[in-house]
Amino acid sequence: MGILEIKDVNKRFGGLQALGDVNLSVKQNTVHAIIGPNGAGKSTLLNCLVGKLIPDTGSVMFDGQSVLGRTPYQINQMGISRVFQTPEIFGDLSVIENIMIPLFAKRDGAFRLQAISSVDSQTEMRERAEEMLEEVGMQDKRHMHAASMSRGDKRRLEMAMCLIQEPRLLLLDEPTAGMARADTNNTIDLLKEISSTRNITMAIIEHDMHVVFSLAERITVLAQGTPLVEDTPDNIKGHPKVREAYLGETD
Amino acid sequence: MFGLNTKDTRLLLIVALLVVLAPFLLNPFPEGSALAQFNAGYPDLMQRFVIFGVFAIGFNILFGLTGYLSFGHAAFLGAGSYAGVWMLKLLTINVIPAIIISTIVAGMFALLIGFISLRRSGIYFSILTLAFAQMAFALAASVLTPITGGETGLQTSLNDPRILDAASEGGNIPAPSIFGLQMRDSFELSVGEWLFTFNTGYYLSGIIMVLAFYVAIRIFRSPFGLMLKAIKSNQQRMHYTGVNTRPYMLACFVISGMYAGLAGGLMVAMDPLAGAERMQWTASGEVVLMTILGGTGTLIGPVLGAGLIKYFENIFSKINDNLLHQWFAFLPDGMEEFMVTIIHPFIGKGWHLTLGLLFMGVVIFLPGGLVEGGQRIARLFSRKKPSGKDGATTRTEPAE
Repeated sequence: MGILEIKDVNKRFGGLQALGDVNLSVKQNTVHAIIGPNGAGKSTLLNCLVGKLIPDTGSVMFDGQSVLGRTPYQINQMGISRVFQTPEIFGDLSVIENIMIPLFAKRDGAFRLQAISSVDSQTEMRERAEEMLEEVGMQDKRHMHAASMSRGDKRRLEMAMCLIQEPRLLLLDEPTAGMARADTNNTIDLLKEISSTRNITMAIIEHDMHVVFSLAERITVLAQGTPLVEDTPDNIKGHPKVREAYLGETD
Repeated sequence: MFGLNTKDTRLLLIVALLVVLAPFLLNPFPEGSALAQFNAGYPDLMQRFVIFGVFAIGFNILFGLTGYLSFGHAAFLGAGSYAGVWMLKLLTINVIPAIIISTIVAGMFALLIGFISLRRSGIYFSILTLAFAQMAFALAASVLTPITGGETGLQTSLNDPRILDAASEGGNIPAPSIFGLQMRDSFELSVGEWLFTFNTGYYLSGIIMVLAFYVAIRIFRSPFGLMLKAIKSNQQRMHYTGVNTRPYMLACFVISGMYAGLAGGLMVAMDPLAGAERMQWTASGEVVLMTILGGTGTLIGPVLGAGLIKYFENIFSKINDNLLHQWFAFLPDGMEEFMVTIIHPFIGKGWHLTLGLLFMGVVIFLPGGLVEGGQRIARLFSRKKPSGKDGATTRTEPAE
């Protein structure tokens, strides 16, 4: 049994079968990549996992509990965090505040009214946030306005915001999309370090084969809403079906 | 001090000091001089400064922190006012229960309206709040006449029960008071040409405004305040961070509504009269103007904005052509006529034009409001210091 079990998931938008009988199992503490050409249903699948979309049929179980019918914040509280294609951070706030908000959400749950105590008096929380900043190498940017940072730093910050919640499953939606090569390599290193030092399962949706093959332990290839094959990176590389899906018919 | 950092403590003390010294500060011109027209240190206006200050501080907790623009905040002001007058009629002429009940009633009203309106955000939220407020206004003026006094308004009368008070002697309607001290009681101090008035009602409202300001600072600096700022910044990320934004927004809306109710309660404590027009959309719009003019999201801004608008409303509307003729009497006749004609549309009933121009100027040139203006001036001075090499690198701090 994997930590994430997707069974017979179907999703239809009007006449378009976005997902057809998707079965997928993500094992605990692995890095699992989901690849596929444009329109293969990768993002739809991801949205079904985080509560943004509800599949028409099928089940999605996380650690033995169904995520279907739950809202995004409830699913996050179960231990699933998400990194977006374009980093979603709190642009108006400082870097350290960006880190403290998910920390409060982790400690206090979905809602707790603390209107009188001051944020500054929460020294323990601040220390943990500072540690996290150090871990991702952003300690000297702590008071920076988050929106004014580079794309790479925003990605790093978003990653830190997810990690400080100690999620059991981290979902990454094309984490290196639109990045320069150097930034991409930095992100790969960061992700490698995260997966080796923490008890964390990662599911990555990615276009960039370089990223996929340097990180993933298992790869699922999705085409036209259906998983084509699932295997180790080495086996995927030479798989004829994968070539066909990516490059078209080969006679 | 008071659980605030040094900067906030200083701000609080400055505000407290300004409130205490307002009777002096707002009366800089000697009685009977030509400029006495611009004095604002009389009780009625000073009361309005601090009461609308409370209203705007509360509005800013919602609009400044979360970015949700309520266009129906006057409904809470009105609900608070009606509740206050009823307390003065039924319970006691002492204003304390009236002020407390006003706040609570407005809070309950806000809970209901917020619960429904917060299902939408952006312009739809604004329209929903506006619709509710206009509904409340229309109901108060017509169907609810037994409770609200309809178009004539609700006021205290001789045969009110006032169950906590001893039967009033004499044939006068008792004036609102606090433990025997009447709100309209004033102590006048005459120093040479100057006359300073210290009014009970003003100081009661002033103390309450300082307290309200203090609570607002605490909210701004709390984890709750941080969550609200985060909702304003990126609601989507908030959902994927495990936060249920609805109760946060609702709590904020109710707190903001309670501030409005408190302001309504203070209004009737000063003058025990409540009318439906207090709920009208123009009143809701006014608090929006105050907040934006002063500086949205800043602590002191709304208070400044409220003061400025009330000052304009009272002082500019009082200037008339006769006064202008006096002022420009030193000019040759033709020039005098000309100046009076030019200025005429901006004064008296035309004060809205002046306010409109001022508002446009602020929004276009000082989007951060008066607070930003103050900061720019402060920076101008600090840059002149010889050691000020950090001038170029200072980032615009969020205005406090």
